[in-house]
Amino acid sequence: MSTDPSTSSAAAAEEKSNKRKSKKPKYSRFTQQELPAWQPILTPRWVITIFTLIALVFIPVGLAAFSASQRVVEVEYEYDTECIPDSYKDNATAYIKDDNTNKTCTQKLSIKSKMQAPIFVYYQLDNFYQNHRRYVKSRSDEQLRTKDKENDVSSCSPEDYVTINNKSEPIVPCGLIAWSLFNDTYKIQNKDKEVVINKTNIAWASDRTTKFGSDVYPKNFQASGLIGGAKLDPTKPLSEQEDLIVWMRTAALPKFRKLYGKIETDLEANDEIVVVIENNYNTYEFGGKKSLVLSTATWIGGRNNFLGIAYVVIGSMSLLLALGFLLLYILKPRPLGDPTYLSWNKNPGGLR
Amino acid sequence: MVDGQFQGKKWKDVKVGEIVKIAANETIPCDIVLLSTSDPTGVAYVQTTNLDGESNLKTRYAKQETQAKVPEKERFIGLIKCEKPNRNIYGFQGNMEVDGKRLSLGSSNIVLRGCELKNTNWAVGVAVYCGHETKAMLNNSGAPSKRSQLETHMNLEIIMLSVFLVALCSVTSVCAAIWLKSHKNELDLMPYYRKLDFSEGEMESYQYYGWGLEILFTFLKSVIVFQVMIPISLYISMELVRVGQAYFMIRDSRMYDAATNSRFQCRALNINEDLGQIKYVFSDKTGTLTENKMEFQCASIWGVDYSSTEASLEHGHQAECSAQVDGKVLKPKMKVKVNQKLLQLSKNSFRNVEGKQIYDFFLALAACNTIVPLVVDTSDPTVKLIDYQGESPDEQALAYAAAAYGFMLIERTSGHIVIDIHGKRQRFNVLGLHEFDSDRKRMSVILGYTDNSVKLFVKGADTSMLSVIDKSLNAEILRATETHLHSYSSLGLRTLVIGMWDLSVSEFDQWHFAFEAASTALLGRAALLRKVASNVENNLCILGATAIEDKLQKGVPESIESLRTAGIKVWVLTGDKQETAISIGYSSKLLTNSMTQIIINSNNRESCRRHLQNALVKSRQPLAASAVPNNFEGFSDAIGTPIALIIDGTSLVYILDSELEEELFELASRCSVVLCCRVAPLQKAGIVALVKKRTADMTLAIGDGANDVSMIQMADVGVGISGQEGRQAVMASDFAMGQFRFLVPLLFIHGHWNYQRLGYMIIYNFYRNAIIVLVLFWYVLFTAYTVTTAINEWSSMLYSIIYTAFPTIVVGILDKDLSKRILLKYPQLYGAGQRREAYNKKLFWVTMADTFWQSIVVFFVPLFAYWGSTVDISSIGDLWTLSVVILVNLHLAMDIIRWNWVIHAVIWGSIVATVICVMIIDAIPTFSGYWAIFNTAATGLFWLCLLGILIAALLPRFAVKYIYQYYYPSDIQISREAEKFANQRVIGGNRQIEMYPIPDGPPR
Repeated sequence: MSTDPSTSSAAAAEEKSNKRKSKKPKYSRFTQQELPAWQPILTPRWVITIFTLIALVFIPVGLAAFSASQRVVEVEYEYDTECIPDSYKDNATAYIKDDNTNKTCTQKLSIKSKMQAPIFVYYQLDNFYQNHRRYVKSRSDEQLRTKDKENDVSSCSPEDYVTINNKSEPIVPCGLIAWSLFNDTYKIQNKDKEVVINKTNIAWASDRTTKFGSDVYPKNFQASGLIGGAKLDPTKPLSEQEDLIVWMRTAALPKFRKLYGKIETDLEANDEIVVVIENNYNTYEFGGKKSLVLSTATWIGGRNNFLGIAYVVIGSMSLLLALGFLLLYILKPRPLGDPTYLSWNKNPGGLR
Repeated sequence: MVDGQFQGKKWKDVKVGEIVKIAANETIPCDIVLLSTSDPTGVAYVQTTNLDGESNLKTRYAKQETQAKVPEKERFIGLIKCEKPNRNIYGFQGNMEVDGKRLSLGSSNIVLRGCELKNTNWAVGVAVYCGHETKAMLNNSGAPSKRSQLETHMNLEIIMLSVFLVALCSVTSVCAAIWLKSHKNELDLMPYYRKLDFSEGEMESYQYYGWGLEILFTFLKSVIVFQVMIPISLYISMELVRVGQAYFMIRDSRMYDAATNSRFQCRALNINEDLGQIKYVFSDKTGTLTENKMEFQCASIWGVDYSSTEASLEHGHQAECSAQVDGKVLKPKMKVKVNQKLLQLSKNSFRNVEGKQIYDFFLALAACNTIVPLVVDTSDPTVKLIDYQGESPDEQALAYAAAAYGFMLIERTSGHIVIDIHGKRQRFNVLGLHEFDSDRKRMSVILGYTDNSVKLFVKGADTSMLSVIDKSLNAEILRATETHLHSYSSLGLRTLVIGMWDLSVSEFDQWHFAFEAASTALLGRAALLRKVASNVENNLCILGATAIEDKLQKGVPESIESLRTAGIKVWVLTGDKQETAISIGYSSKLLTNSMTQIIINSNNRESCRRHLQNALVKSRQPLAASAVPNNFEGFSDAIGTPIALIIDGTSLVYILDSELEEELFELASRCSVVLCCRVAPLQKAGIVALVKKRTADMTLAIGDGANDVSMIQMADVGVGISGQEGRQAVMASDFAMGQFRFLVPLLFIHGHWNYQRLGYMIIYNFYRNAIIVLVLFWYVLFTAYTVTTAINEWSSMLYSIIYTAFPTIVVGILDKDLSKRILLKYPQLYGAGQRREAYNKKLFWVTMADTFWQSIVVFFVPLFAYWGSTVDISSIGDLWTLSVVILVNLHLAMDIIRWNWVIHAVIWGSIVATVICVMIIDAIPTFSGYWAIFNTAATGLFWLCLLGILIAALLPRFAVKYIYQYYYPSDIQISREAEKFANQRVIGGNRQIEMYPIPDGPPR
């Protein structure tokens, strides 16, 4: 029973001659499961090479990522407690809900090292579950895109309709997400001069051009009894409401940043900037935190050392493994494919 | 028949109770009870090819009482009572009331649908079962469903996964409950929860049903999201893989039998992988190990041994044994090797006493049978072939042998036979025929010569014959015959003894009276007939003995040897007698001279017990002497003297229904060979059940005849041989093939592959589904325990349909761990399946631990990398989707052993397909994730995350895999290396540097 190819081809030839009635399976490398195949085997040489290669790639990349992350200059200022007047310290919710209180809050921040334009201005929320199941579903993408789908608010409850003059009118944009639009505003002054925060092109171009309709205008927004956040200019179409577009890209994690705007001038080291915050947004209700963040960016994005460190760790592990395997290989090699290692050759008694 | 006239009718219109007339060569439309036939004695010959595949003619009888009546002429009324429709094609019970007489009907009176009427001009019968109630239709069901062991184990693991699923869901809902409790006061206005609804004017709770129900909903939602944990798709994939494997098994040219022009058949699709774990093979002998092509070999006549081994040229005698009939030459269809001396002697019969004996001997061979000669046309109009049709291949062989020696049976009716003796046609009246039955183990025929003398010829098994032979007569000849018999059976030949007796007139009259009485008896006719037969078959004069060779199939000894090297225990269960079984055992290398034989052959329970206990003591001795602790029974024979257990059917009767079973099993498990002879079909099943009950090891039964059906159905895997004995076994089997030796490629190649592939596939599918569930679960921990999924709903649906389904199926069909050559060279490699190396608890848990690690890497690397950044759900979800899919496919890629183009295409293809799908999903503007993949993929962080995830997740697996393969290599691993590097040495020659060619893409 040898797999001599010559016999099988001879058999194939023979089969051709009396092909008519024979049920003999046609010979092909496929049906006989003899397709040519590459058969990798984890030889020590291979494995050590692979681990070394991983190390060689990962350690430099990790270091590069780490240094890139280190180069990012970031100024973070958490203002949620500081922007509450002392008299309201114990009752922040009452303060933030009261329309008549003065919400303006001024603070000086010092820039530690030079920040090169563009400087990104973010607001950062913590303990805000934009990924909550009730929340992420409460929107109508159809409505945001086309004017005709104005009434497509079935997924938006409880912010779907508003009763005006005893008539049920749909809210545009509907849903909890839009309703809870962030409404703190920031003004920044440097050396008594207003620093311009550019609020255009802060949303994805794809969202502006396609996802949010240019003929859809806000309607009945924040008109119900409970105001959740910012109001929208009813004369501007949704495609130009970039704050809304940014906000509607619901964050993946409970601690997140959203782009507020970009500063297109450099900030020098030791500059003292003054930020004027309109503290309107109610995070006090659920113990959330708000921060203002100024940050530069590199190819890796914002400041985050994790990936760099992770890469270096993986790289070093690989290097260690490569060395370990090399050592093992030198000390205790095993000839590959040696039949004497087969269990029945090793111990004929069947001791296992 | 309507109004006394026969009319043509369609099959479907035939109703129960109608009288049906069938002409020769017509197919019977329904099950009918015969009333009369063209033969005056009421015999009808039928061919049952459609029913059981047996091509010989069978005889069916009309009742004498109805035979005389001609329905066209006289009306008569009868009532037939019979059992309810059932599927037993060999049994029928009923009775018929005609003219106030009650006649019993048996299986010989019924002709079943699908049979063909042959050699009979017409037959008339009453339809008793029609349409779907016919036995043929009732038998139209496949083999009983069996479930593979792998699948049974898999189901246990699935229960484990279900428990795990419930645990995950419980954790989710408990956490959700805690979160709801602790934020109880904030829920009303919380922007991302907003319990209060103001839109209707008055305040009400919006989609909030109290925290108890909320928790229940969370639980249910998480069940929906995490249900992928239970790999439903695995069942479908397994079916597909099995179909693919079956395709390759059927297409394997190694398992094509040219002699019968039959391919391998996969009749059961759900136990392919069991073929890789067989530990016990139960084999039938006749037709399975042997070809069941009987060849007349030796004759001992009147104490003289004539062996045809020194046979002459076949062509030389061919002309001599033909007969001239009406200017036409008749020749037997089969050529038989003849002994020239005997041929010479037989020609010169009548001249001396010796010749007379030879004359009688061959006359007995030609006459004492139930063979029906059929004349078949050949291309040459003057030459016709005689085809002997009969139920027993032995009888056929004997009839052909008689023909070769010039005693050619030409015609048989129920009343007479015509035999051409060296050109002279002679007619004998058949006065009586006692058919073979398994109690008497012999048959006899009473011939009336033309000169009115009456002779009784008896032929039967030696044990039954020797007891009825008059020992006082010719004691010497008897002794000589006995020695011959012994030597024949030790050669592995099947022996029959022939005897005869001249019946005197008074004896004949006495017999005739008894025979008539018995054959018309209403009750217990069979018993009466048997009694008559035993009375007359007595005090015989011995004529001689015949020996028929049952040729071993090609490759049987080699196959059995490889099976045993692979640690498979081969048990042979045969209906043959002990000596024949043992001799076949020797010739098939089942038994060797170095073995200690333990023979259990007892007639009562007590001696059975004694024998068994002695044998047990005996079998323990070599083990104790070797003083090696031994857990693996399969290897025990390597240490001590191998033991062969030979046990016969009578002893088994006592053992199988008593507490001795346990001891027999213990004894048998110590033996490397077990031979059971003289076993009945049900006992075969009993033995299989004995083993199956007591071990978890897999059993395979292989057989070809109807008597193996019960065994085939009982065993874990039943293999049918499509041979001479009909298709009964094939119909009942799970796999069918042409030759016993195909068992070797079936088990060692396909069984091994199937098992390895499916075992891996199951583990992989568990991993594949668990990892995505874990990734989804980790995310839930960061969404306030609400079951939000970052991975797009479409992607999670397509995950097990498009993203990852095809590679596992294709790999399950195509990957092979070792080449055919190596698998056949080292049968021991089959042990991997027996030891369950490809799928076991340990592998399951190791894989689950690996899954856990990989899911953590997949989830937490992006989490930390994007913590506190502007990333949105869809973008990070896309990253998770892509990394899980690529990781899962690379994980599979890492374990693939042979990369052929199909596997390349499907692995890389499904990664590409996933990317395309993700892109398409993100290009739909009304999805909230619109354009997310394009935006994130434009950042370096995305790619860094992806690469980091893949490497970090696979690193431990890769390292552990290497350590295991290099430092704790399995047999399979070593053989694989041997295969690869042996090949390369041949191809590479002196270019040693290229021993490790570096392919384009490292398998990362």
